[in-house]
Amino acid sequence: MSSPSERPGTAAPSAVIHDIGYRPYAGPRLGEGAVARSFFVTGLRNCFGLGRSGRSKILPMGLLGLMLLPALILVGVLVQARTLLGLDEHIVAYSTYPITTQLLISVFVASQAPALISRDLRFRTITLYLARPGRRTTYVLVRLASLTAATALLIAAPLLLLYVGGLLADLPLGRETERFLAALVGAVLLAVCLSCLAAVVSALTIRRGLAVAAVIVVLLVSYTVVTTIQGISTESGNETVGEVAGLFSPYTLINGLQVFLFDSPAATPTPPTSDAIGVAYLVATVVTVLGAVGAMLARFRRVSA
Amino acid sequence: MTSPVSPTIVRLGVRSVFGRRRGILLFLLPLVLVGLAVLVRVLVGDDLEAASDTLYGLGLVVIVPLVALLATTGVLAPEIDDGSIAYLLAKPISRHTIVVSKLVVAASCVLLFAAVPMLIAGLVLALDDPQLGAGFALGSLAGGLAYCAVFALLSVMTRHAVVVGLIYMLIWEGLLGGLLDGVRWLSVTRWAGAIIDQVTAEINLVEGLGTVYAVVATVIVVVAGTWLTGRKLRAFNLTGDE
Repeated sequence: MSSPSERPGTAAPSAVIHDIGYRPYAGPRLGEGAVARSFFVTGLRNCFGLGRSGRSKILPMGLLGLMLLPALILVGVLVQARTLLGLDEHIVAYSTYPITTQLLISVFVASQAPALISRDLRFRTITLYLARPGRRTTYVLVRLASLTAATALLIAAPLLLLYVGGLLADLPLGRETERFLAALVGAVLLAVCLSCLAAVVSALTIRRGLAVAAVIVVLLVSYTVVTTIQGISTESGNETVGEVAGLFSPYTLINGLQVFLFDSPAATPTPPTSDAIGVAYLVATVVTVLGAVGAMLARFRRVSA
Repeated sequence: MTSPVSPTIVRLGVRSVFGRRRGILLFLLPLVLVGLAVLVRVLVGDDLEAASDTLYGLGLVVIVPLVALLATTGVLAPEIDDGSIAYLLAKPISRHTIVVSKLVVAASCVLLFAAVPMLIAGLVLALDDPQLGAGFALGSLAGGLAYCAVFALLSVMTRHAVVVGLIYMLIWEGLLGGLLDGVRWLSVTRWAGAIIDQVTAEINLVEGLGTVYAVVATVIVVVAGTWLTGRKLRAFNLTGDE
């Protein structure tokens, strides 16, 4: 079979492309910033199951509810029994609340970090993201930002409830605001630390289940080991060992940092007492976050688009 | 069906748990336990209460269930997750044989990465009292096996076995088990604690729980969990993700 151009008798090609009025998009194109912004919002919504199936809303929403429940009960007790018990401050301090509910926070981070990060690697959707305007660095930072924002919301929501409830129960405004803002800084720092660690761990494996277990192992085992050491160090009188041990779990690290920076009530038996240890807590936080971000960037540099 | 264990499935199971550096976590957990035991020994010396607190709080409550979870889901969940279990189910092998073979791998992991390290940690903490280590090793083996059976059943019931298993382990066994004393009747960790109490004379981890009840309950959970997993696998439905 011969092609039309080789047909005998046709001297010149007579085919014409008619312009029938299709027009390309000529409007303004949004750049990398807009891509990053909408990517951030999508990631944040996905962390709470919004925009995903109904079944994936159960866990994050349930955890958020469970986080708020103790705060609600505490506010209720405060309001009802304030004069009876002679309370003039919260039963559980703002800075202690995240460490009390650390199991819920760990499960949230462990279940949502792989949902954001491992799945892109496993189903190769990362190829689609990298085909858009936006560099790998942007992808990594935006993913981290979404996870951090979601975790910060989870940690800060009950604190806000406590704060508002406390004000309605007529606790002194100035003092409460000061403590609440300090705890809010702590909540954000904790969210950054947890998200960075969880993201690094879940970027190492493409299997979602394994990533979830690995994040829980890191967070739970480190916390249990640290509290065991701290408990034993107070009993045996070696407080310094306990203070150093506090550096090795994100929960005790951020709580210690809050004690050092804002003089918040401590939730661990051995908070940092000297300036040197306090500075070590600050340095450890910075190193954890920067190290984790660096590791993420290095990991995604090797991902083929 | 001649033997309840198929060597080929066992071999594939071992590969599935340890292949491609996936087994690192399993090696990490016992190292942490023994490391902490050494540290506690250095800090407080020979102290029975600190020793049993460490072995119980970190070992039995955290390490044992985590090892069981990692091993059991490592052996079952990936195949279900990517659907390749269909090829295994298509073979003329009894579904119970498949489950038992896979659980043999998980149980060996519990023995190697939970029970033996508990023995070592117990000896490190109290060298002149080998009963402590032996008791904790036996208790963690019993508890670990029960956890394996529970997590195996979870793996065939839901695709999110790891998350559900973790929530069960953290909330029911950990949080509520610590707050509400009545949970002891339905808590694998508490049963293991009761068994340890029986073996080791001088410690008392769990109040008001008979050893016979604990042993019988553990055995029932292991047997029933294994059998139900096999039964569930007989009418197995592969569904899409989310």
